[in-house]
Amino acid sequence: MKLKALAGVLALGVAFATPLYAQDAETAVIGVSIPAATHGWAGGMNFHAQATIDSLEERYENLDFVLSTASDPGQQVSDIEDMMATRNIDALVVLPFESEPLTGPVARVKEAGKWVTVVDRGLSQENIENLYVAGDNPGFGRVAGEFFKEKLPEGGNIIVLRGIPTTIDNERVEAFEAAIEGSGIEIVGMEHGNWNRDDAFEVTQDLLSRNSDVVAVWASDDDMAVGAIEAINQAGREGEMWVLGGAGMKEMIQRVMDGDEMVPANVTYPPAMIGTAIELTALNFVSNAPVSGDFIIGSVLITQENAENYYFPDSPF
Amino acid sequence: MTSETASAAPARSGFRIDFHIWGPVIALIALVALGAFLNPNFLSYGNVTNVLARSAFIGIIAVGMTFVITSGGLDLSVGSMAAFIAGVMILIMNALVPSMGVGWGVILIGMAAALAVGLIAGLVNGLLITQARIEAFIVTLGTMGIFRSLITWLADGGTLSLNFEVRELYRPVYYDGLLGVAWPIIVFALVAIIGETIMRKTPFGRHCAAIGSNEQVARYSAVHVDRVRLMTYVLLGILVGIATIMYVPRLGSASSSTGVLWELEAIAAVIIGGTVLKGGFGRVWGTVVGVLILSLIDNILNLANLVSPYLNGAIQGVIIILAVVLQRQRKAER
Repeated sequence: MKLKALAGVLALGVAFATPLYAQDAETAVIGVSIPAATHGWAGGMNFHAQATIDSLEERYENLDFVLSTASDPGQQVSDIEDMMATRNIDALVVLPFESEPLTGPVARVKEAGKWVTVVDRGLSQENIENLYVAGDNPGFGRVAGEFFKEKLPEGGNIIVLRGIPTTIDNERVEAFEAAIEGSGIEIVGMEHGNWNRDDAFEVTQDLLSRNSDVVAVWASDDDMAVGAIEAINQAGREGEMWVLGGAGMKEMIQRVMDGDEMVPANVTYPPAMIGTAIELTALNFVSNAPVSGDFIIGSVLITQENAENYYFPDSPF
Repeated sequence: MTSETASAAPARSGFRIDFHIWGPVIALIALVALGAFLNPNFLSYGNVTNVLARSAFIGIIAVGMTFVITSGGLDLSVGSMAAFIAGVMILIMNALVPSMGVGWGVILIGMAAALAVGLIAGLVNGLLITQARIEAFIVTLGTMGIFRSLITWLADGGTLSLNFEVRELYRPVYYDGLLGVAWPIIVFALVAIIGETIMRKTPFGRHCAAIGSNEQVARYSAVHVDRVRLMTYVLLGILVGIATIMYVPRLGSASSSTGVLWELEAIAAVIIGGTVLKGGFGRVWGTVVGVLILSLIDNILNLANLVSPYLNGAIQGVIIILAVVLQRQRKAER
């Protein structure tokens, strides 16, 4: 069963799911293992994980949650082993730190007959998980590329900031390059800003020194967009170019809402997808609704018109 | 050939290039020449300002690190400490805005707080090392984790941002300057000059070297070993505070990714500059050259598109090792 849906469908009748069925069944324990909040996006993800767990615990008496955050893959493996050994979990929701090292341990959880939900970063072996919830990385690059094409019908020189060298980053950039192909838009500088404000600031400074005629920057992430914007301001070139970030940081969404010329749009890659994963996993224990399969959350273009729907002032991201 | 030898004889030492002293400088000059050759914009005012200003944070910290390493210590916590100080500074300034309004008063209190927190953090490191007799590596590895977690916790996993209006007022501290020289560059230069003077001309500087080369002998020579050592960590803490004061106005934010790996960059700069990792000999001007070498490598790689960006780290590694090999070889001959 393959579920392919846009973020809008996210609600998926959670509100209507009848908890009646499993209400008197035994308590199910759901383990949630995610990377620690080491950067903005992960911070938002941690926030949404906690918020979802709080609301589910309130809604369903027979669900228990164990949340652990890990700051490296090794620690995450230990966390999962501990959950199996001491908390006797019935399901595991995991956002793997890295695919390779986590594949074995998660496969063992599955072999023990537990439900496994994998979020965002796929495992390196197929068919381990019951449910896969992820953002659409190629879509993220494609939507951004299409926006560039639309905004620059005549073409022009642009700068691209890449993230930490990973599959995620490669998929995004490849799709972006494919989307702008033949449009006359030329990438005159592309360097890794590592999804980090300071790195992005310095890289943008250098790329701007190198190229005098740049019309736009694809920062590909909102943290990097913050650094890029500051570098552009410093160079006194704020009137000449605009910046497209991504992932929907609240400050950036705010600027899109306000119609800031420098930040005309944003592309979603919602950290709240961890909430989708936990909710769907919970559904498996409290209802009859089938939830196994792949759930790909599309990347959506945020413009001034729809920005309000993506503004979460309480989230740290 | 013979005549040359004859004329060179009286000043033989002057003719041979002493790589131990000049190695880092030669590497720096070679890098500048390479940069100028690869991109005409390299020597432009804008680019030079960018490189020097962004070197200032690591540079100011590395000057302090020179004293710590010279006296045989090490501090791994400075990057996390900078992030923590930046976070505390932002929280304090934001908290003061409602009562004090937006003004330089708030910023000055923020700056004072940064210095105070830096001093206390350095004091904690120093006391644990000198009084509790724990190895510097372990103490600062511990405080590195503590500061990093504290900033993540303070920021709730996200990013702490300075109040917008305060930020606008504070911004010139990074971006403006005096007579076209940006403030961070001026502060870096002052710190370096004062540091070099202290290292060369004061008893404190000589005591650092004495402790680093032989602690027992220094102790028998009536050097207050613990006090001097404690002072090096306090000094470094204060300098981290100063670096943070220059850092916060740049992006006006602090998060758990602030200052990651600064400690290693600072240590690398110190060693490239000719200070001995085991202690006993240090020179501040060399550290300044080391810092500039490190930031120039990044800058040139970004300006030139020489290699795949995936290889930037490798290039950096090769140049760091080369710079040190140049000076060590000469030393081994002696």
